[in-house]
Amino acid sequence: METETIHTSVEDIEQIRSLFPILHTSVYGKPLVYLDNGATTQKPIQVIEAMNQYYRQLNSNVHRGVHYLSGQATDAFEAVRKKVQQFIHAKHEHEIIYTSGTTAAINLVAHSFGKRYVLPGDTIIISSIEHHANIVPWQMMAEERGASLKVIPVLANGDLDMDAYSSMLDDRVKIVAVNYVSNALGTVNPVQQIIDLAHQQNIPVLIDAAQAVQHMHIDVQAMDVDFLVFSGHKMYGPTAIGVLYGKEKFLTEMPPFMGGGEMIKTVTFEKTTYNELPFKFEAGTPAIAEVIGLGAAIDFINSIGLDAIHTHETTLLQYATEQLKSVDGLRFIGEPAVRAGAISFMLGNHHPFDVGEILDKLGIAVRTGHHCAEPLMRIFNVPGTVRASFAIYNTKDEIDALVKGLHKASSMLG
Amino acid sequence: MTINELQDGIIEDFEQLGEWMDKYEYIIQIGKELPPLSEEYKTDTHLIKGCQSRVWLHAEMKDELLYFSADSDALITKGLVALVISVLSGHTPKEIAESELYFVERIGLHSHLSPTRSNGLLSMLKQMKLYAVALQAKKLL
Repeated sequence: METETIHTSVEDIEQIRSLFPILHTSVYGKPLVYLDNGATTQKPIQVIEAMNQYYRQLNSNVHRGVHYLSGQATDAFEAVRKKVQQFIHAKHEHEIIYTSGTTAAINLVAHSFGKRYVLPGDTIIISSIEHHANIVPWQMMAEERGASLKVIPVLANGDLDMDAYSSMLDDRVKIVAVNYVSNALGTVNPVQQIIDLAHQQNIPVLIDAAQAVQHMHIDVQAMDVDFLVFSGHKMYGPTAIGVLYGKEKFLTEMPPFMGGGEMIKTVTFEKTTYNELPFKFEAGTPAIAEVIGLGAAIDFINSIGLDAIHTHETTLLQYATEQLKSVDGLRFIGEPAVRAGAISFMLGNHHPFDVGEILDKLGIAVRTGHHCAEPLMRIFNVPGTVRASFAIYNTKDEIDALVKGLHKASSMLG
Repeated sequence: MTINELQDGIIEDFEQLGEWMDKYEYIIQIGKELPPLSEEYKTDTHLIKGCQSRVWLHAEMKDELLYFSADSDALITKGLVALVISVLSGHTPKEIAESELYFVERIGLHSHLSPTRSNGLLSMLKQMKLYAVALQAKKLL
């Protein structure tokens, strides 16, 4: 592997910013300060152009045609699979399944894994700091299979209670599904420990890496994780494309999720035999342009290097944490031992919605609300939080603007 | 004053306010001045659920006129709730049922009535009209 150069000087960040057309727009006559990257990141020109070029020069359906364009489109489509494989260091290319996003990937696993392995009386472990996407599919499956959910509790600082987790693992647990990084709090979970403890009892683990894959290196083989899922649009790529990584053993044994074209080997009205991996799980025409866009997003990330991204974002998070402390009445919701991507807070007792609305008028985009993590908000007894979340293109100046905006909101709301 | 005269009055008041900041400060002030909703009405039966902020609404009839009182956990929403109440409260169910509220849009806060915003204001308006229509129907029986 080539040595990565660490570019995180102010000039480097300015150069990176210049690749994102939307960062130069203004809202309400003020320069946009985009701090809602946990919801979705902006897209660099390479991604936009790659998709544009695909439709201009390559558009054709994949894996089906005898003709030239179809061959070209299929090659480009499959080249991205290889790229994803390398990006997360999967053992096999066919362990990479394209989905429409993290949500679809979790639904696929919950459904197909449940059908194959989960019996009445079994349990599934999730945590109390999950996104609804990593709660509801398991609930649905548990209900259908007569199984139940067990929830790892959270400590007051937003970290998971690992002692409680250890004691929850028994021979009725069929799978553990937790996020790598909490979207609502920014907590980085000790996923390696979570995986190792589960594996001691032969329990497979799914890691929701939607809020991790854009911030840190992921090596699925080193982690020995059984399933790992993420979305393209949170890592500078397009919406409607996501990835399910699954170990070959499980993907082979699990039944398909959806039926249709591309996922079959032969079809008669009596019996259909299914295609090989990965196609077994990719029924219908896939999001081809979005796959091409995802490939460009991975190239973009690699061109900077995840080490450099991590360094820059860590500096931003530290700076933001320090600066936010200076705001009267501000309290952090979750002060995890290790944090990535996001900071959640309350400004006094002001409703997050009021704070978000005033920040919006100042051109500052943050997320307010329960962050699709209602159970967690109940644990912290808040109606929601204000969340600032960061990406490689954010700057200290933008954090200063946020802090200034919060002072303004504070004085307006009294 | 009629509902529309009251709305026009609000629109005029807002025209005097220059910047968005002044408008918001005014709305926040009105929200703070809204008489508190009696605790007995701050229950789930009176709760209008928005995804982001919550609104509680109580309605009662007095001398053929319909009166509203309400509260919200978000201050800006509460200010708008107060404005809507100042326009609709104290009119006949018929007037309320037939009213068309145009002031929210005219003062530049139309985003608050967007269904995607789901802050409770739109649902509150619907609920107010529903009360009025129901009371009107009851009277006709």
